Amino acid sequence: MTAETMIERPRTGRARRTGRRSGRSTVLTVGMLAAAAYFLLPLFWLLVSSSKTSTDLFSTFGLWFSGDFALFDNIGRTVSHDGNVFLRWMGNTLLYAITAAGGGALLASLAGYGFAKYRFRGDRTMFMIVLGAVMVPTTALAIPTYLLFSQIGLADTPWAIILPSLINPFGLFLMTVYVQSAVPDSLLEAGRIDGAGEFRIFFQVTLRLLAPGFATVLLFTLVNTWNNYFLPLIMLNDPDLYPITVGLARWQGQAAAAGGASGDLIPLVVTGSLLSVVPLIIAFLFLQRYWQSGLMTGAVKQ
Amino acid sequence: MTATATARKARAEAPARRGRTNRSGRAGYLFVAPFMIVFAAMFLVPLIYAAYFSFFREQLVGGTVFVGFENYTRAFGDAELWTGIGRVGLFFLLQVPVMLVVALFLALALDTGMVRLSRFARLSIFVPYAVPGVIAALMWGYLYGPDFGPFAQLAEKIGASAPDFLGADLMLGSLANIVFWEFTGYNMVILFAALRAVPGELYEAAAVDGAGPWRTAWSIKIPALRGALMVCLIFSIIGSFQLFNEPNLLQGLAPTVIDRAYTPNLYAYNLAFVGQEYNYAAAVSFILGMVILVGSYVFMFLTNRRSRS
Repeated sequence: MTAETMIERPRTGRARRTGRRSGRSTVLTVGMLAAAAYFLLPLFWLLVSSSKTSTDLFSTFGLWFSGDFALFDNIGRTVSHDGNVFLRWMGNTLLYAITAAGGGALLASLAGYGFAKYRFRGDRTMFMIVLGAVMVPTTALAIPTYLLFSQIGLADTPWAIILPSLINPFGLFLMTVYVQSAVPDSLLEAGRIDGAGEFRIFFQVTLRLLAPGFATVLLFTLVNTWNNYFLPLIMLNDPDLYPITVGLARWQGQAAAAGGASGDLIPLVVTGSLLSVVPLIIAFLFLQRYWQSGLMTGAVKQ
Repeated sequence: MTATATARKARAEAPARRGRTNRSGRAGYLFVAPFMIVFAAMFLVPLIYAAYFSFFREQLVGGTVFVGFENYTRAFGDAELWTGIGRVGLFFLLQVPVMLVVALFLALALDTGMVRLSRFARLSIFVPYAVPGVIAALMWGYLYGPDFGPFAQLAEKIGASAPDFLGADLMLGSLANIVFWEFTGYNMVILFAALRAVPGELYEAAAVDGAGPWRTAWSIKIPALRGALMVCLIFSIIGSFQLFNEPNLLQGLAPTVIDRAYTPNLYAYNLAFVGQEYNYAAAVSFILGMVILVGSYVFMFLTNRRSRS
């Protein structure tokens, strides 16, 4: 694998993308697989533990299956515990995540297009202020938002989660960069010459070109909202409105507070955790193209 | 109305190009307006409101009174707050270099194209990013635990006792491991993506000069990653100083180790929602925001200067 082989295989175009060298390194492969094992270990543990009965969970080795396969039994108990509250939490999470992601991606697409294709007074300033907002600590924002929302009666409603989640500064950045590279000016010119209004051009011509960028922002906002814990923790009092993260943390708190007495709750926390990560992992596997291109944009353009 | 009418008139009269700029400017505002309005309502208004009420204090007698900078002077002398800031600072110094060096190494290894099953490895390493921080903390909490954690079980089997991962000495390291688990893959993918964007001619030139893989990595790839590494670092500064979910979850398992002010965000949360001291909590959050801002700028300044010299 010296310079000669590299010259033989010029590293341009597709050749570069599909494997740079013919040689494979065992050391690197073993190292990478060891790393992969570390990152998969907790998830494997979660799967194994979800398949155990309460007694086996405490009495058998954590990283291997025990005799009784109780996964479906555990799922049934998790779902039906406390009047199907788990399904409610799952539904809430879906509602918050999908609404925030759809709305957020639309806002970011419109604004990204505006910032990329139009010059107007204050455009740079506005853009920089939005990007600077990532520095603001979550508490600095969440505490006053909670106080404001409780004054206007929005605290302890789904809006308290959805409205703040609509704004994703990284999403705006991504869309702006994406519009610059994916939407040629000539296309807009053509639309204008045909007499189409600016908004008609956006909705009928541009939006279709933006689909991959839109999907990326959608996915990232979806994950952010799905994983959010702090905001719903402070905004919501009614357990019927909890998303899955706050609900599971509550069960975990009850289990920890009761010590050994509520050993029954721990299998539910474990199985509930498994049920809540599976949809996201599947989404990530199927939508690889989108998060990869998103992170690519983030990495290359600064 | 008049403005619209004038613009329309101007467009009709002026040559095509000038007309377009006018129309463009107005349409630009309309496109960014929905985002900016929600942004103002969800970011600017709460921040201004917090800044305002950080100058007040609620008293049992006399209600809310203006106290000027009193909350801030109190915060500057608050040992609990500064212990917490020191702790997350230490956390940053411990965790972030390890995470970024490992992420960099993994990205470079993937980029050589010499790894078998590289797609599987890349996805496995990235997958924790899709796991909510709460669930990551829950899982690791159980894994660390003395009751049915596999580490404790293994130690028991060989007749030893497992280290007390949730004890006072190791807690910061245990938290660092959770954050490492969550975000190494994310950083790796960013760095890997940046590596893919390095122009191929650079590698050809290096090859012509007789550079081996290590030399290429050191002299071409790592310098090319400067921007991407900077992004990873800034996000890591922000994330470290705002640490909340993981200590909040582990608090239930180790209530004596993680106190109410273990991290500054935990402190602000407890001040506001347990102690009802909203005004003081706002001042504490602002000071934390300042620390993050100053930290990020100092960092950017240092790296920029070094690269110039």
